[in-house]
Amino acid sequence: MVKSEIIEKVNTFLIDELEIDPASIRPDANLKDDLDIDSLDFVDIAVLVERTFDFTIKAEDLMNVHTISEFYDYIETKA
Amino acid sequence: MNRVVITGMGIYSTIGKNLDEVKESLYQGKSGIGFDPERKEMGFRSALTGIIEKPHLKGIIPRRERVGLAEQGEYAFLATNDALKYSGISEDFLNSREVGILYGNDSSAVPVVESYDLMNKKKDTSLLGSGYIFQSMNSTVSMNLAVIFKLKGINFTVSGACASGAHAIGIGFMMIKHGYQDCIVCGGAQEINAVSMASFDGLGAFSVDEKDPKKASKPFDAGRDGLIPSGGAATIILESYESAVRRGAPILGEILGYGFSSNGNHISVPNVEGPSASLVRSLKDADLKPEQIDYINAHATSTPVGDAAEAQAMTNIFGKKSIPISSTKSMTGHEMWMGGASEIIYSLLMAHNSFMAPNINFNTPDEHSANLDVITETREAPINIFLSNSFGFGGTNSTLIVKNCK
Repeated sequence: MVKSEIIEKVNTFLIDELEIDPASIRPDANLKDDLDIDSLDFVDIAVLVERTFDFTIKAEDLMNVHTISEFYDYIETKA
Repeated sequence: MNRVVITGMGIYSTIGKNLDEVKESLYQGKSGIGFDPERKEMGFRSALTGIIEKPHLKGIIPRRERVGLAEQGEYAFLATNDALKYSGISEDFLNSREVGILYGNDSSAVPVVESYDLMNKKKDTSLLGSGYIFQSMNSTVSMNLAVIFKLKGINFTVSGACASGAHAIGIGFMMIKHGYQDCIVCGGAQEINAVSMASFDGLGAFSVDEKDPKKASKPFDAGRDGLIPSGGAATIILESYESAVRRGAPILGEILGYGFSSNGNHISVPNVEGPSASLVRSLKDADLKPEQIDYINAHATSTPVGDAAEAQAMTNIFGKKSIPISSTKSMTGHEMWMGGASEIIYSLLMAHNSFMAPNINFNTPDEHSANLDVITETREAPINIFLSNSFGFGGTNSTLIVKNCK
């Protein structure tokens, strides 16, 4: 899967499912501080990743993922 | 001892999504019962159920506060939001005061079943998401509403079967009366879905008079053949009289007495002694004589044994044909965990508008209901003090006595 497709799919579920303001989705946006994603949201992100990309991740895998850009990269390594 | 008043109310039910719609339905004797074909396909004896419009809360409350709400929690959010507005309770008040919540709820079946099915399919609990745990616990309503409305006082769910909502109000009344709290959100919520009602249907307690759903719930009628499950949510704001006056809140009613008892025998078959004890206790608590009650909102669910037992208990305490009585379950069906709270609101709406709602579908009395003044047509009459009964499985009984203050 090419990176642009990953970015589009991630942004789509962040906006549609997590109801994050599209204007706040920037590559350097911090997931916790800028997007208010909390520990429970990470549980839901694991579900959305499985549904969108058909592989499973654990919420704790995301401990070292801080920005949206890092999240795209993380998905790319698994996809 | 503090006087305990009602300063707000809100409701989301099968006979209306707000107080005005509900008042009109009560006056018109309008039924909220319908037929759910899915239940027949699932093997139910009865497809009769209360029909309710599912709320859409996206855009009204944030996702994080929404995902933990089960169906009945959504109804309860809407009812509570309306009740707080009615009461004039601001965010500042909620932030600066210790407002509590005591809410009646006794099941949350759908999220339990859905998450179990998903677990079996995925074989990975990390794929169940963050919402099911907060939806599936019995305390789902009180835990979610306490977070959404930022409540800082007492916070728990009261599970007392079909008297849950009434006991929640009764316990709230005692907490405020004795000075432990100043203001408590009280109410009851009930899910409406096939999953939660399947095993109850299996007991054979539901009406199978499916030919005309709106005529199937007939409390006290000789031809009654069972209850009809229903639901929604109802919230009242209980407050000390001093607190209400201090902030200029509307005073809609005053709780005068709370009665309770337990039958101490069969899990599903009611008796006469238990409800009688609850009635006597409520009158004693309110320091009232039976003849001072103007209207009774009966528990009567349209089951043969239950209605007969309640009729006998009321005749024993109040005498023959002494006080006008109706069961609003003839219109709403049995709202179970919600009913004890909603029926306080139904009765208050009647009292505020000087009418008594009919016990629709009551055509032929039996030997016990013949001793009651069952209201068959809407009656224009003042209500100063009313009494409301709620009973439940395990023999739990409750009675609330309320004074109209409007």
